[in-house]
Amino acid sequence: MREEPEKTAHPVLIFWILAGWVGFGLLPWYMVEDGLWSFDWLTGGYPFDADVAPALFLIGQGEKLWLAPLLLPLALPLLVLRRAKNDPIYARILILAGALGFGWMIVQGFSIGIRGFSFAWQGALFGDLPIRQFGMGYGAMICASAFLFLLTQGVAARGAINGDVFVVSAIGGVITIVTAFVFFPIARMLFAAFVTEDGAYSVSVFLSKFFDDRLWGIGCFWGARCGAAWNSLALAILVGLITTVLGLCFALVVTRSGFRYKRALRALTVLPIITPPFVIGLALILLFGLSGSVTQFVAEMFGTQPTRWLYGMPGVLIAQTLAFTPIAFLVLIGVVEGVSPSMEEAAQTLRANRWQTFRTVSLPLIRPGLANAFLLGFIESMADFGNPLVLGGNFDVLSTEIFFAIVGAQYDQGRAAVLAMVLLFFTLSAFYAQRAWLGKKSYTTVTGKGDAGMHPLMPTGLSVPVQIIVIGWGLFTIVVYGMIVYGSIVELWGVNNALTLKHYVTAFSVRIEEAGIRWTGAAWDSFWTTISIAAIAAPLTAAVGLITAYLLTRQSFAGKNAFEFGTMLSFAIPGTVIGVSYILAFNVPPIEITGTGVILVVSFIFRNMPVGVRAGIASMSQLDRSLDESSLTLGANSWQTFRRIILPLLRPAILAALVYSFVRAMTAISAVIFLVSAEYDMATSYIIGRVENNDYGLAIAYSTTLIFVMLSAVGLLQFLVGRVQIGRRTELGTGRTS
Amino acid sequence: MSDSKIGSKAAPVRFEGVSKLFGKDVVAVDRIDLDVAAGKLVTLLGPSGCGKTTTLRMIAGLEMASAGRILIGGRDVTRLPATDRDVSMVFQSYALFPHMNVLENVMYGLTFSGFARDEARSRALHGLDLVGLRGFDGRLPSELSGGQQQRVAVARALVLEPQVLLFDEPLSNLDAKLRRQVREDIRAIQQDLGLTVVYVTHDQEEALAVSDEIVVMRNAAIAQIGTPRQLFEAPNDRFVADFIGEANLLACTIVAIDGQTATIDIEGYRHDLPSRGLSEGPATIAVRPSRLRIGDDRGIRATVAKATYVGVRMEYTLTGAFGQVFAVHEDVDAPLAPGAEVRMGFAAKGPVLLHE
Repeated sequence: MREEPEKTAHPVLIFWILAGWVGFGLLPWYMVEDGLWSFDWLTGGYPFDADVAPALFLIGQGEKLWLAPLLLPLALPLLVLRRAKNDPIYARILILAGALGFGWMIVQGFSIGIRGFSFAWQGALFGDLPIRQFGMGYGAMICASAFLFLLTQGVAARGAINGDVFVVSAIGGVITIVTAFVFFPIARMLFAAFVTEDGAYSVSVFLSKFFDDRLWGIGCFWGARCGAAWNSLALAILVGLITTVLGLCFALVVTRSGFRYKRALRALTVLPIITPPFVIGLALILLFGLSGSVTQFVAEMFGTQPTRWLYGMPGVLIAQTLAFTPIAFLVLIGVVEGVSPSMEEAAQTLRANRWQTFRTVSLPLIRPGLANAFLLGFIESMADFGNPLVLGGNFDVLSTEIFFAIVGAQYDQGRAAVLAMVLLFFTLSAFYAQRAWLGKKSYTTVTGKGDAGMHPLMPTGLSVPVQIIVIGWGLFTIVVYGMIVYGSIVELWGVNNALTLKHYVTAFSVRIEEAGIRWTGAAWDSFWTTISIAAIAAPLTAAVGLITAYLLTRQSFAGKNAFEFGTMLSFAIPGTVIGVSYILAFNVPPIEITGTGVILVVSFIFRNMPVGVRAGIASMSQLDRSLDESSLTLGANSWQTFRRIILPLLRPAILAALVYSFVRAMTAISAVIFLVSAEYDMATSYIIGRVENNDYGLAIAYSTTLIFVMLSAVGLLQFLVGRVQIGRRTELGTGRTS
Repeated sequence: MSDSKIGSKAAPVRFEGVSKLFGKDVVAVDRIDLDVAAGKLVTLLGPSGCGKTTTLRMIAGLEMASAGRILIGGRDVTRLPATDRDVSMVFQSYALFPHMNVLENVMYGLTFSGFARDEARSRALHGLDLVGLRGFDGRLPSELSGGQQQRVAVARALVLEPQVLLFDEPLSNLDAKLRRQVREDIRAIQQDLGLTVVYVTHDQEEALAVSDEIVVMRNAAIAQIGTPRQLFEAPNDRFVADFIGEANLLACTIVAIDGQTATIDIEGYRHDLPSRGLSEGPATIAVRPSRLRIGDDRGIRATVAKATYVGVRMEYTLTGAFGQVFAVHEDVDAPLAPGAEVRMGFAAKGPVLLHE
């Protein structure tokens, strides 16, 4: 029968208390050198050797005594085990224990670093600390989670969100990880902008770096070079404008013309998803570079000297326009289709001709969509790293300047931080404008009332030029992608045009030996690393994204707007900024994960989380709330409802979130290039490395392979999601309504 | 519990000064007191936006009261979330889980109530039996008609033997014919099992047909509570009189009070009726259209302004010095013609004085 609500057994509480003790008393407290999962530490002196000892054993041996106070909050919750949930003491003790434990872990983590005390005043107060501590390991992580969830259980017991432990814990969990892996690194980076060479803080350092000529110079008006900020801004505005216009042309052709190959046009929208960003740049080099086919052809025709015109603003502009037009198309097709045909039909019945209808009704209705597409193109261009790196030449933009500031000979963290701040300022302004100004201005909400109408065709005067542009640009895109495939099987582009598979052999050869398969190709290492990191990150991204979407659509709580803004924010943070802030924040304790695979996984989770959140929100808002409510009134709690009602109904969304986060993790470059290490090299950064060595053949062969791998991933998704939906349709089809 | 018959744990529901605010100043429910006796079917009736659905959702625990106390079976559940209340609800949209078949839907709540799988299954099947859906257990909700889906939703709520069963406008998605049948089924099951049911509707006929007691709500407050007969025959005020059935409101003068009986006067026409604690002076009475007698020798002078033949009866609009009234008459064979001068009186029982 139904449990009485005054029960005193708390399975969830017991679980987290146990987890806390396991983390404290059984697992190695600090990072283990070879990774926890190698289990080398079990034979390496565990549990007494200080490097792998659990906290309990450390204290027992008189080491790291600052961990001892944690015993108190670990023991406190044991007091409430026999108490009822609505007992005020239950809540109070859990909140106290959780806050104390979590707070103390943060304090000690930041105070005591690799060189003893982190802050000078501590040394002055307590004397020098000869001992040091390293980054938190699994023991510390589990212990911290235990404290966090003890705290949320306490807060829930006090009556927050109707005492719902799952919801409160989910909110607490998401806030904690977003704070730790988005806000904390960004804050660290901002501080880094003020640090002088000897470690002190100084505003003048910041100012001198901020007002650098390389950043704000306007020399290009008289023949010198312009600052990276102006370059980035000009480029982003141009790319935003051009991609919006082209995207609108594509959307109009698909929805409002008699064009015959609409399906092929729609297929274009898949391209940016499966293409690593810099691949377009590579293809352009094959066409228009010094030894590019077009360049050579023109040179022979007119006897002119091949030039390097591509390297610089023009090349980057073309590459980004090619890369981001499909994104604008994707945005605008939804908007253009969303305009209710009955509006246009109404205009026509009111004696407007097709041109007047388009000008006075259709266009004004899609105006917010146009602004949205522009801002997206702007943000993407600002954040793009691959194309400027490959094609930029002397045309400095912020994203690449950040990279060279931190990996180049200059190694200047402060400069990287300042540049990142400027870049972040631009993208966040665009992001903010998009949300604050456009959020309320959508005219295209589907009302659920039957809209059986047809979109009218474009007026002929518009239709002809638009179709010409679309066909032209579409052909150009096809040529560019054809170049990528073709380039991968040519011996040495522009010099020796013999066909060969040698690049694929170099990259992906295997040898079958007695001991099994030996992956002898040069690319296998990074390929498998990429696949496995992406495969680990994808489910985590989807999980975090869907839980966040659930909280945003289904729960109301104080500060929800801020919560939403915070979780979507990482969408507007360029990858290069994430990369810089991660190395600045995570190469020192308490979270010391630079150079590991973990940092790559974490960066993917938070880079791609908005994708999962959006997918989740979109499909969750289509589920009637009464489904959840009826599950709740039938006695399921919110976790059971989430697992048994919402998740099964969201299967297509989950699948989509999984595949897209997988694919995005494989194509990412901007953040990755900062975070890879010799041990964990990713495909994209490996390719960039080949490009820098002018090894185009291998780079292009590898890129082609990646494109096909991702194409099959997306295809598989379409197939699976299609099946899910078809299954549903037949169910409905057999349904009888009487 | 090897006997898988569905029993009842019917419990009373009590509201003590319950209010619900949305945001800072939108009052959805304003300090209402309410007692629902165990085993009774009580309807919350009112125009849209009167707070009836909010009241229902507060019983379910889907909305939390902003002030006051809610007791179910004597236990204070004010702060208890839906999961922990022994209440189940039939939703307007039915809210059947589309990815589960009928049996899984009905078993859903049972699996959270600590029943073994077999026991849950047999209870669910029994529940389906009870609503006449034996043999439909393997279907998906989308393979059922609207009425069948409705009954699955009822079975799903019923099998939990809740202390209180809630219905949120359960018939609004059904066509008129099915409505009558389903509401009779619901009433029959409720009476057979002795369930406590709280039922929300905005259809007064439905409310009159199914209820033991009706709570008429208006502007976030309770206007009147009573049995269907009490509400129909003795509405407290204009709002209730007009909302439950049609009523003609006429100004009159109370000319004499004799114990519980008052004598009223309209244009010289006198009529005796219960005084309801009013004293002499001007007053208002409500008269149902069927309680107007037309064609008497004595009565109030009126003119037939409109006469409509609707098959089973005649409908008349009468005008006079009192204003305009709406009357029905059983005699369809000798209808009055528009323009005819008639005398209009009241049936001996029926007219009622209103508290203003």
